[in-house]
Amino acid sequence: MSVDLPMPTNFAGTKGVPAAEGKQTAKEFSSDQEVRWCPGCGDYAVLKAVQSFLPDLGLRRENIVFVSGIGCSSRFPYYLDTYGMHSIHGRAPAIATGLATAREDLSVWVVTGDGDALSIGGNHLIHAMRRNINLKILLFNNRIYGLTKGQYSPTSEAGKITKSTPMGSVDHPFNPVSLALGAEASFVARTIDSDRKHLTSVLAAAAAHRGTALVEIYQNCPIFNDGAFESLKDSDTKADAIIPLQQGEKITFGVDGSKCVIHSKTGGVEVANTSAVSEDQIVVFDAHNPDPTLAFAVSRLTDAGVLHQSPIGIFRDVPRPTYDDQARAQVADAAKDLGDPATKLAALVTGADTWTIV
Amino acid sequence: MAKEVKQLDRVIIRFAGDSGDGMQLTGDRFTQQSAAFGNDLSTFPNFPAEIRAPQGTLPGVSSFQVHFADHDILTAGDSPDVLVAMNPAALKANLADMKKGSTIIVDRHDFTTRNLQKAGYDADPLEDDSLSDYTLNVLDLTGMTVEAVKEFGLSRKDAARAKNMFALGLLSWMYGRPTETTIAFLEKRFAKVPDIRDANVKAFKSGWNFGETTEVFAVQYEIKPARMTPGTYRNISGNLALAYGLVASGVQSDLPVFLGTYPITPASDILHELSKHKGFGVTTFQAEDEIAGVASAIGASFGGALGVTTTSGPGVALKSEAIGLAVMTELPLVVIDVQRGGPSTGLPTKTEQADLLQAMYGRNGEAPLPIVAPQSPGDCFDAAIEATRIAVTYRTPVMLLSDGYLANGSEPWRIPDVEDLPKIEANFATEPNHTNPDGTEAFWPYARDEETLARPWAVPGTAGLEHRIGGLEKGDGHGNISYDPRNHELMVRTRQAKVDRVADSLPPLVVDDPSGQAKVLVLGWGSTYGPIGAACRRVRKAGNDVAQVHLRHLNPFPNDLGEIIKGYEKVLVPEMNLGQLSLLLRAKYLVDVVGYNQVNGMPLKAAELADAINNLISSTDVSSANNTELAR
Repeated sequence: MSVDLPMPTNFAGTKGVPAAEGKQTAKEFSSDQEVRWCPGCGDYAVLKAVQSFLPDLGLRRENIVFVSGIGCSSRFPYYLDTYGMHSIHGRAPAIATGLATAREDLSVWVVTGDGDALSIGGNHLIHAMRRNINLKILLFNNRIYGLTKGQYSPTSEAGKITKSTPMGSVDHPFNPVSLALGAEASFVARTIDSDRKHLTSVLAAAAAHRGTALVEIYQNCPIFNDGAFESLKDSDTKADAIIPLQQGEKITFGVDGSKCVIHSKTGGVEVANTSAVSEDQIVVFDAHNPDPTLAFAVSRLTDAGVLHQSPIGIFRDVPRPTYDDQARAQVADAAKDLGDPATKLAALVTGADTWTIV
Repeated sequence: MAKEVKQLDRVIIRFAGDSGDGMQLTGDRFTQQSAAFGNDLSTFPNFPAEIRAPQGTLPGVSSFQVHFADHDILTAGDSPDVLVAMNPAALKANLADMKKGSTIIVDRHDFTTRNLQKAGYDADPLEDDSLSDYTLNVLDLTGMTVEAVKEFGLSRKDAARAKNMFALGLLSWMYGRPTETTIAFLEKRFAKVPDIRDANVKAFKSGWNFGETTEVFAVQYEIKPARMTPGTYRNISGNLALAYGLVASGVQSDLPVFLGTYPITPASDILHELSKHKGFGVTTFQAEDEIAGVASAIGASFGGALGVTTTSGPGVALKSEAIGLAVMTELPLVVIDVQRGGPSTGLPTKTEQADLLQAMYGRNGEAPLPIVAPQSPGDCFDAAIEATRIAVTYRTPVMLLSDGYLANGSEPWRIPDVEDLPKIEANFATEPNHTNPDGTEAFWPYARDEETLARPWAVPGTAGLEHRIGGLEKGDGHGNISYDPRNHELMVRTRQAKVDRVADSLPPLVVDDPSGQAKVLVLGWGSTYGPIGAACRRVRKAGNDVAQVHLRHLNPFPNDLGEIIKGYEKVLVPEMNLGQLSLLLRAKYLVDVVGYNQVNGMPLKAAELADAINNLISSTDVSSANNTELAR
């Protein structure tokens, strides 16, 4: 099944970024560089979706910047004909923070992976979300290290056999959505590489949001972790595996809505058979709720082990002042009666206590 | 009662007490008073890393030394003429620096059995003969303070806290300091707590009056204002001058300054100061860590701002990979390292020059970057502008090496005329710079300026110049990823050549060799300028010839340095490290320079250095002289 999300109408997220004149095409957003991911890599699908989506965003191409870290997905900026920086491992959110704070007129996107964002760059990721910098962070989660050829990642399931864990990993994985909610993120969503329509709608909602938007994209690595998300993609299993989140709707899924999400006795939520519960027991999802408790509870329905079940959609989308807007406002406020900078500089360096020698 | 007034040409006073006794404030006020009076001066604050180290112990001692004179001086002085010791620990910790015959003023109030024990005294030094070599003045400063302020009804503890102002008042009387600035300061500082304000002012005035009326002090001293270059002066510390230099850099380059940084001693004051000057378009970002500090600055530079990061040695270590990214992406970036004692956490509040090789080589791969160093607190202003000039002109990260001594030390600073400051041109790329074989126009982010080898700086928002940069090796010109062996060799050599080209933009070195007869050259860098200059004066006063050169640029070296060095029989290189500049000089010029190395967290002492210079001068007359490091 696929989830339909309405296209946003209020693009607060791109306020201040100049609009394109005339219609743009996906081709204009494609650079002349040969794409070098492995055949069958989920990154291709995401690249195509982004190249098709950006023209619809309607912003001037030169005012869009993609910043990435290190890893397979971080090659992304080379394939887009926008401004871009392929930076160093884990630091893309920090670099993008400086760029987005310095320049209100840019639409700044971060492309990162599960190792880049959650392992080496975990600190920058949580602080970007805490500050609510106006960044769109696309976290490609393939639950494996691809570029370094197949070690387990911070989202790999416990027990995973990899090159670096021949007896099975004893690491407990992160749930990126739970982490983002805990880090005070104002926009958190999850989507799947192969569902172009849903992916595009989540990108649109992220772009429309003013502040940090964390978009986890389940992305298949055909070489080192093939089939990690198969239960969400296989037509026989996906109805039971995808828990679709739709704003203001009851959470039901499975064939003919046979399953649903209800409040559990332990204070969280749990999956139940729809036929076994009353209508009013079914949880109505609200991503706009200022209280993130329900969103967090729903995020815990994600399998930590091999994936058989996962909520997909927008978990949280709430307004909160952004760091960059407020930082710029302070600078603008302080600068409004600056006058001639040279005169002001002369006054500054002179200070209050001086003496003159003739 | 008219007292005798004696003329002196210079005096060194050290205020020492517990770290909660307000010694830094006391020293700072005495400095401001001396500045207002027109003396030349130099200061040396010395304090523990702990905010409140255990009370009454040797590690908890905080001191502030001020050297003021009727002529121009270069250092805070080796040995105080007067020590004000507020407790036994302060006396014990500082006594070794005192010459015979110097004056010690002691607050006897804290010389209790328990405090004597804490400081490690078996017997009370005020009661035995152990201080007989000094002019000792034992006073109950605390008791007199409490008595003087009792009308304000403060608790005994609060009343006693004003003792530093009593001591300041007394010293202000002894040396004829003007009092207005301190009274105005106290009235402003404690405006919201009138009884504390009044008590401090009263204590200060009482200290002055005590000096005037008591018979303990028979003499008042006068140190006339210094004859300095005409101009308007203020007192300034190195960190303040650096902050002002960065603001000026933004104004002179017409670029918004973006400071991405993380608090660290002794660099944090630059962040504090810059955060007050947003009106100049300065953004200060207190990042989650050192790496994010530099990374955000690189991001801002990519966006067309002047990216700056400030830190100390441990922070540079964390930033190294990102600085390498700035080398590779060839973006302007100013990295300020206020050096402190290392390695690791080391001595956070003490000074050292041991990050030179880290600045030079502390990155993976061949990652050259220009290095500049200020030589005095006021010079930090010019050094910041010079670092910006190089960073912007050559599209490169630049390291500025200050240190704890410069950061916290202060001196009179002749306020520059803003009109005379150099303009810095960003010269953003606005148009395509390459024609493809098919005749279409393109933008090549790694095309180069013929003179500087700088690449174009095209910022996002510039239509038609969309491009991607990053840490992977760049193809010459077009800037796309390239793994071609010949290209990598070319790019490595080009990045090095670009940094080397900075030397072509430097003025000739100033060689201070008044007689022209010197056989020994003293070559230094950074904050040792003062002690080296003072040592050279002593050497010349003693009738010997010595030349002095001080380096502002550590990488690349100025083009004329090699010839200058070869013109002297011996080159002495004093450094607060184990010989890092020596190593670079030996490697580059194949000259057997002689190191003078001290790594004790304290500035060099001019007298000791002068002895070393004199010894080297004597050894130039002996053909067998072949020492590479002088015994100290």
